[in-house]
Amino acid sequence: MGITLPILILAIPVAMFLILGIGGVFMSRKTAGVLGILGMGTTMTLAYIVAFTYFFSGSPEFIVEGVRQQVQLFDVTWLAFTQKLVVNIGFILDPISAMMLVVITTISFMVHLYSWGYMEHEPGFQRYYAFLSLFSFSMLGLVVATNIFQMYIFWELVGVSSYLLIGFFYKLPSAVSASKKAFIVTRFADLGFLIGILVLSYYSESFNFITLTHNPESVLMSTGGATFMGCSALTWAMVLIFVGGMGKSAMMPLHIWLPDAMEGPTPVSALIHAATMVVAGVYLVARMFPLYCVVDASLTFVTCVGAITAFYAAVVACTQLDIKRVLAFSTISQIAFMMVSLGVAYDRPIEGIHYTGLGYMAGMFHLFTHAMFKALLFLGAGALIHAVHSNNYTKMGGLRKYMPITHLTFLIGCLAIAGIWPFSGFFSKDEMLAAMFANHWFWGAWMTMVAGLTAFYMFRLYYLIFWWDENPEYAEHRPHDAPWQMSVPLIFLAAVSCVAGFIPFGELVTWNGEPYHIHIEGAVAATSLTVAVLAIALATVMYRKKNEWPARVKNMWPGLWTAAYHRFYWDEIYMFITHKIIFGGICRSIAWFDRHVIDGAMNGMAWITQKTSFAIRGMQSGQIQAYVLWYFLGALLLAAVTWLALI
Amino acid sequence: MDLSMLWYLVPSVVMLACGVYGFVTRKNLIAILISLELILNSADLNFVVFNRYLFPDMMEGMVFTLFSIAIAAAETAVAIAIIINVYRAVGATDINIVNKMKH
Repeated sequence: MGITLPILILAIPVAMFLILGIGGVFMSRKTAGVLGILGMGTTMTLAYIVAFTYFFSGSPEFIVEGVRQQVQLFDVTWLAFTQKLVVNIGFILDPISAMMLVVITTISFMVHLYSWGYMEHEPGFQRYYAFLSLFSFSMLGLVVATNIFQMYIFWELVGVSSYLLIGFFYKLPSAVSASKKAFIVTRFADLGFLIGILVLSYYSESFNFITLTHNPESVLMSTGGATFMGCSALTWAMVLIFVGGMGKSAMMPLHIWLPDAMEGPTPVSALIHAATMVVAGVYLVARMFPLYCVVDASLTFVTCVGAITAFYAAVVACTQLDIKRVLAFSTISQIAFMMVSLGVAYDRPIEGIHYTGLGYMAGMFHLFTHAMFKALLFLGAGALIHAVHSNNYTKMGGLRKYMPITHLTFLIGCLAIAGIWPFSGFFSKDEMLAAMFANHWFWGAWMTMVAGLTAFYMFRLYYLIFWWDENPEYAEHRPHDAPWQMSVPLIFLAAVSCVAGFIPFGELVTWNGEPYHIHIEGAVAATSLTVAVLAIALATVMYRKKNEWPARVKNMWPGLWTAAYHRFYWDEIYMFITHKIIFGGICRSIAWFDRHVIDGAMNGMAWITQKTSFAIRGMQSGQIQAYVLWYFLGALLLAAVTWLALI
Repeated sequence: MDLSMLWYLVPSVVMLACGVYGFVTRKNLIAILISLELILNSADLNFVVFNRYLFPDMMEGMVFTLFSIAIAAAETAVAIAIIINVYRAVGATDINIVNKMKH
């Protein structure tokens, strides 16, 4: 494959960003929208061509004896700081990057199209499309990075685009603070990422993914047994790199930015904060997976963080009022699911069966299906907000009669995320649970519980929006389905969510390129399906019609409910740490030192100079002859001293 | 008879002393300027003398003195101009009256 297509895939979005960003003010909304959509459509077509060529052409460049290869379509030196410290920019094509190309461009195109309807009356429409293009460019650059440094650069770029788009309604103080929060929290996490990169490349002397992952044992050797606080240097490097992933993927305790990021326009939430950017952390772990495999401790860390986050986010999602917040916590929970799936995929056979491929493949499969159905749910939520003009489900209820298309597609999304056969979520979740059970029964049981919670809160949301009790305000303002630009993406994504489960994903994306034959594990599938159906039944009983049950359950454990509603006070903890401890304790004492010691020394010097000058200023009498006399006396004195010193 | 260096240096010192004395004691700006010229000329004399006696093969002292004379001429012109302007502004060339430049 030549380099034209890969370069175009990156060049078109960035060109669109420049054209719309610089020339947007001179364009009508329609021109800008059509340009953005056409640009993204072209990129999508090209990305599909590249991905299909990679997966299905059978060319020896891409597949050798049934094993899919990692190919660098190009890899050019970009910055050569020193002999060793060289940063390249390139385009890697392997199963996961090809899959991500498809996911990103599809969702991005759908969001471009959807936004045409959703953002129609918003000021700054052209700017919005420019930022969307910038984000698409950054995200594509991230997934095709050939080395960690390129990934890091694009990693920051997606952070910036996310910041710009969350703060799109920059006149709202809440949007401004949410964008700052998102940027600062992820940037803070990226500090860990950067240190991780430096530690890793210091020992391995390479940034390149292929060099690093093809021989992980030699990377481990190259650290020469260096340890820090009882863990090997490589473990530290991988854990620190994962911290960057925790920030972007909103893992506990760095998850606090994602719920607030919902202040951005809803299509942006669908694109960035549900389908693509937030899975960058999962992608990062998957990209460096062989390195994680050689240091078990870091994989265990990934698993634990994922398991705790998944449960926490699922519990919180059960109590939120804002439909976008429910979806945000659901996203956190599902991403954590993928993390656990990667974490349990050790590179060693368990009871004779090689399960490595399973967890990895399942995690990637879930990434794919989740991107589709979560984008669908968010776009559905956007359509609801568009119709009702509120994010709160208390303003909704009984909407199924008014918005049939939204209702049906949202239901498909809920069924998919709950893991009901034959929707896509069932297949990927089943594979993930099988991998977890294969690793240890505890992970399997824990995550099955989370899956049950997922089904419960999603159907709680579904019933509260579309059933429950009608909002009396509908009489004056009758909600209706969205225009075609918004309905088409909904229908498309719903169709994908229906059939994506039947994609033979194991044949396409595995950790080492060898095909993995998916087979549904009867026991696991039956368990997860039963749990999901029971959870849905419970949600049906509690929320289908207006009744006293939700209030009664809430009053049964008021403390637990309040805590979950306040997201277990994580924001308050952060406020306490930043404001009371860091600002109030550390910063205040530093400020005191600055004001009194450093400024005091400077002011003291100025004070001494001033006082001395006042004391001696009488000597400037204006009489030149006096000066000359002083000068001569001084000269004589110097001469005398010199003379004395010489003899 | 050959004159020794001392015959030149002693007048030079006397000129310097007269110049300094005049510079410090005279009250008229023009007189102060003249004293200044005396100091300058004593320095020029030293240059020439040292060049002639110590480094007879070289020309630096001579050339430097020529420069110094030229600069002294320019400096005198500037000084005279300033004094004329001061006189026009203040109406006097007495140093005790022209003492406004102070703290």
